[in-house]
Amino acid sequence: MTGWVARPGRWVVWAVVAFFFVNLAGVVLSVVVDSFGTQWFGTWLPDGFTTHWYADAWREFGLSDVLLTTAVVALVVIAVSVAVGVPAAYALARRSFPGKRLVMLLFVLPILIPPITYGIPLATVLYKVHLAGTTTGVILANLVPSVPFVVLTMTPFIEQIDPKIEAAARMSGARTASVFTRILGPLLLPGILAASILVLVRTVGMFELTFLTAGPDSTTLVVALYNSVFAAGIRANQSVDAMATIYTASMLLLLLVALRFVNPTQLVTRIREET
Amino acid sequence: MTAVTTARPALRHRLAERGIDRTLLLLVPGLLVIACLFLYPFLYGLQLSFAPRRGGVFANYARFFGDPYLRDTVWTTLGIALPATFINVLASIPIAYVLRGRVRGKRLLTAILVVPITLGTVLTAQGLIMYGGPAGWLNKVLTVLGITDQPLPLIHNYTGVLLSLVITGFPFSFLLTLSYLSGIDPSLEKAAATLGANGVQRFRRITLPLLAPGLAITFCLSFVMAFSVFPSAQLVGDPANETRVISIAAYHAAFEEYDYSMGSAVAMLMAVVMLIVIGLVMAWRATLYRGATGGKG
Repeated sequence: MTGWVARPGRWVVWAVVAFFFVNLAGVVLSVVVDSFGTQWFGTWLPDGFTTHWYADAWREFGLSDVLLTTAVVALVVIAVSVAVGVPAAYALARRSFPGKRLVMLLFVLPILIPPITYGIPLATVLYKVHLAGTTTGVILANLVPSVPFVVLTMTPFIEQIDPKIEAAARMSGARTASVFTRILGPLLLPGILAASILVLVRTVGMFELTFLTAGPDSTTLVVALYNSVFAAGIRANQSVDAMATIYTASMLLLLLVALRFVNPTQLVTRIREET
Repeated sequence: MTAVTTARPALRHRLAERGIDRTLLLLVPGLLVIACLFLYPFLYGLQLSFAPRRGGVFANYARFFGDPYLRDTVWTTLGIALPATFINVLASIPIAYVLRGRVRGKRLLTAILVVPITLGTVLTAQGLIMYGGPAGWLNKVLTVLGITDQPLPLIHNYTGVLLSLVITGFPFSFLLTLSYLSGIDPSLEKAAATLGANGVQRFRRITLPLLAPGLAITFCLSFVMAFSVFPSAQLVGDPANETRVISIAAYHAAFEEYDYSMGSAVAMLMAVVMLIVIGLVMAWRATLYRGATGGKG
């Protein structure tokens, strides 16, 4: 306890964190309260409470279609980026070869460049081949940051696995395919699961790429939400808030699931937690 | 025939010695995706940016730099993204430093700090507009407490966008900083303490130098996020004037004027500005110590 008295710095830090939390709670609660409110003009709380904005939001925005598109896009993006990214991560983790730094750079660049920068030329190309505005176009665009993301998160994960295990399997006569399915697969499963969930969170939350490539029938939840705000005046503010609350609740659910599999503080440097 | 069979294993062996074997084929699908969906569109965009609707090869770029309304978007963007990144990275250092050790409720606090990642720009924007607006809770409290007599102008301007970027960006840079900080062996600091270094000296002479390379990465990734402020600049900002960022200009050219060539030119300039900032940070990082940080296992 003497440490607490001796370090006023800690109190400042906690005060700043508390200030951040209080205001954050204010921001979030404003939206949630409004989404359940009837009318709210300048008073501390709305006049009354109702849930009909949620029903309105669901109907007006065609949320069932939007959620279906979001789910399809996210699942296909996960499947393709894992199928393509994990083998690439394996090659990068196990081999050093001339030009490896160049390959690494190629995988880092899509993450280091803001989506809107490559999204505009990509959307232009997709328009040219008539894929813009389709679900396929949205999936292709979302693959650009997801594949490198899987490669970069899986590479250190694979490096941790002792190559002697594979060598032993090969000595016992296992072919490459069975080394992958019987030895590496089970060992990599936790990592693949973690990467998939993070790709899921990123894809569901990816605004720019979907915004640039989606058409009326291929809109995902974030973009539908943005469009509903941008077309303000047509929709009641409360039903936009209801939709934003639905979006955040689903993202929060995804993230909490993700946190059960990955310790977020160990993404860059993998360390053993002291027990 | 015999010549082929004798020469082939030799070549394969020589290549294998340099690390080239069939395992590298596993890279092909991944590289193909990047080549088709990232490199090709990018190069196509680059080429397109030199084929303007009107004028010579450099007409788009000349127009961009000649028109203050377009040219200034670069400074507007940097003027929002750099302060936001500095705030996020600098604020996350002390908080991560305190939370690094074994603190009661660490998991809960980390979880709450992660929540803003899930908010999304729209909820943040809607929330800021209502909470920070003239009739919002914040201004009500400030008025009741007698701190201000008229509402603070927090939204539909520069401040609104900055606040939005801090709310959504801080958790991200905090997580990165925390994980880099957790990678530094605490026994190094204990050793320094044994030699009589006080808290400030330990932080400045031991922890900070070991953390700096990680901070550079955190800065770059946070900057990338803040640099594409498109949605929040539209929703809580003043997208026609004060927060007309470069991504709005690019979107406007490509999808409202349908001038893909101009849109691509602006996108290329965004990439250039982005890479200059990252290049400067990475050049600084190269001058730092990057040996072992004494990570625990």
